[in-house]
Amino acid sequence: MITRCRVLIERSRQAGHAGGSRPRRARCLTLALLASALGIALSGCSPIEPWVKPYEREHFADPIMAFNRDPVSSVYREHVFESREGARGATGGVGGGCGCN
Amino acid sequence: MRNRTELPARWRKGVAFAALAVTLLGVLPTALADPTGPAPAFTLAERGGGNLSLTQYKGQVVMLNFWASWCGPCRQEMPLLQDIYKKYGKLGFTLIGVNVEPDSNAANDWLKQTPVSFPIVYDTKSEVSKLYDVEGMPSTVIIDRKGNLRVLHRGYKPGDENGYLNSIRALVRE
Amino acid sequence: MQLSGLQRRVDAALRRHAGTLLALCLCVAPALAGVLPEDRTDLLYHRYQGGGVTVQGPSLLIQKKLTDNLALTANYYEDMISSASIDVKLAASPYKETRKQKSAGLEYLHGKSTYSAGLINSVEPDYRANTTYYSISQDMFGDLTTFTMTYKRGWDRVFKDGKVNGRIENVPFPEEPGVLNPGAFSQDADHRGYTIGLSQILTRSLIMTFNYEVLTDQGYLQSPYREILFLDPSQALGYSKADQIYPNTRTSNAASVEAKYYLPYRAALSGQYRYFQDTWGIRAHTFELGYTQPLWRRLILDGSVRFYTQNAATFYSDIFPRLNFQNFEARDRELAAFNSYSLGIGASWEFPKPPVPWINRSSFTMRIDHLLIDYKDFRNALLIDPAAGIRPGQEPLYKLNANIFQAFLSVWF
Repeated sequence: MITRCRVLIERSRQAGHAGGSRPRRARCLTLALLASALGIALSGCSPIEPWVKPYEREHFADPIMAFNRDPVSSVYREHVFESREGARGATGGVGGGCGCN
Repeated sequence: MRNRTELPARWRKGVAFAALAVTLLGVLPTALADPTGPAPAFTLAERGGGNLSLTQYKGQVVMLNFWASWCGPCRQEMPLLQDIYKKYGKLGFTLIGVNVEPDSNAANDWLKQTPVSFPIVYDTKSEVSKLYDVEGMPSTVIIDRKGNLRVLHRGYKPGDENGYLNSIRALVRE
Repeated sequence: MQLSGLQRRVDAALRRHAGTLLALCLCVAPALAGVLPEDRTDLLYHRYQGGGVTVQGPSLLIQKKLTDNLALTANYYEDMISSASIDVKLAASPYKETRKQKSAGLEYLHGKSTYSAGLINSVEPDYRANTTYYSISQDMFGDLTTFTMTYKRGWDRVFKDGKVNGRIENVPFPEEPGVLNPGAFSQDADHRGYTIGLSQILTRSLIMTFNYEVLTDQGYLQSPYREILFLDPSQALGYSKADQIYPNTRTSNAASVEAKYYLPYRAALSGQYRYFQDTWGIRAHTFELGYTQPLWRRLILDGSVRFYTQNAATFYSDIFPRLNFQNFEARDRELAAFNSYSLGIGASWEFPKPPVPWINRSSFTMRIDHLLIDYKDFRNALLIDPAAGIRPGQEPLYKLNANIFQAFLSVWF
């Protein structure tokens, strides 16, 4: 990803844009940063220690703390609102849970 | 005029890349270094009264299982641990269930329905969990006869008990 | 029985979004950190009643693990619609029809990642919708963070019903504004959705979720039976009707933040805010607060309050000054400016564990939400009566009152 950024910046420099095309460079760097952050996070070499330990997650295992405790019901309710209103989307809730495994 | 129904091309590339990154890195195995060094000593209140110290079991192979009643895989694992305890208990092996809940009532209720015969201790202040650096639920630690940490296993999936049995057999022969 | 155009719009929205909504919620709901959802089945009876419309039916949901890493979700859902709303009465033809929806999806767990995919199929006499979705969910930072990405794609086929020799049949689309293929028996609409979600555990008792969703629609996005009103002094009532004209594309963005907090005496408090905007000029805000209180070992009570506000689409008007006033024209009240208030309560009772070995847990739940929509620029055109001094554009604003009732049985096995 970093190499590709360098190549793109080099190409745009050759094409006559001083210092590389700004929006392209910014976009490149943003994507590179995002990729690195994602890579660090996912590889497990996280510099951030989890501040809520797995044995402290009992509340999130409680069904009352689930975002969608009864999917058959919450899906239907959102469906009713969406068909009477103009807005749609971004109603999902993921994550939490006991953190086991 | 730009076609407004399509996401801009650069967005799609970014999303595609992120998707690929997530997929690839999710598939890569995560290496866990085997623990070394002496197992930290502790004393905790035991179920049925009294205290239990790790030092009581020096000379035996000890398996510590950190569990909680709210943890599905932990509950799933318990009957299998009971089987292992019954099988190897006479061969110089013991199993200790370390319950990590601050309030032991839920654990005791569950144990009434699913009884086990191996000792259960209550780590209500999470001191032992911190000592053993518990990073997943459940966590299983196996300590050899000399009192050194040998095996660390995080999580539980059906089939993991075979791994436990292999480790126990090897360590019991030492 | 002639099928009214104006009420069709509501159903078109129902159909159009039902698949995608269901897709999103189905693939999003089960993704817990590192564990597949519990095996369960739910049988729901749902009933919406208000504004002259009754929509009721069953919904059966099954979630089952096929292997240790693979889970199946399947749903069968029906809407039995009986409509005599003010829109329908304006066109003088109440109608009844049934929409049937089937969906199935798979979820695969590998380490800290969950991959899901599924299909939804919705069929009714004049609308067919198919949707597929793909989702990846990843746990990170010691399982405190869950990152999710979803892509969904929908293909709709819109038909127009008309009376042919006394029977209701699909008829060809006439030459009219907004129709891309006049003379054809069907029109198409395509949908694409991209969602990014991030869920973060902040403290031992607090979890927050952020969601961002982009939806794009292309094709025939209106219903074949629509009408707008325009001032027409030559008519006795002072107005005439004409076809609605919708744009062929729509792109919308929605961003939401939701938090759930555990109260020490065992209860849960939740809050949600969503911002929405689209290329039709609609901007909307949604606020919702919820409270869950368990009682006496077996009972769980739920309460919620919801406030929603939106402004009108740029091409919406309750009544246009004349025919062909602008390029795009609509009178659907979902595109109007309004405030929507909702109050809901629910109760769930867990049965004692039955002696049957394969049932783990079972419960019965009932829930009712009352909905009030206060329109700011949509009027009840049935009340237009120039003789009594109520001229078109001066009739009272419409207020919708409706009840949403649910009762369902859940069995965990």
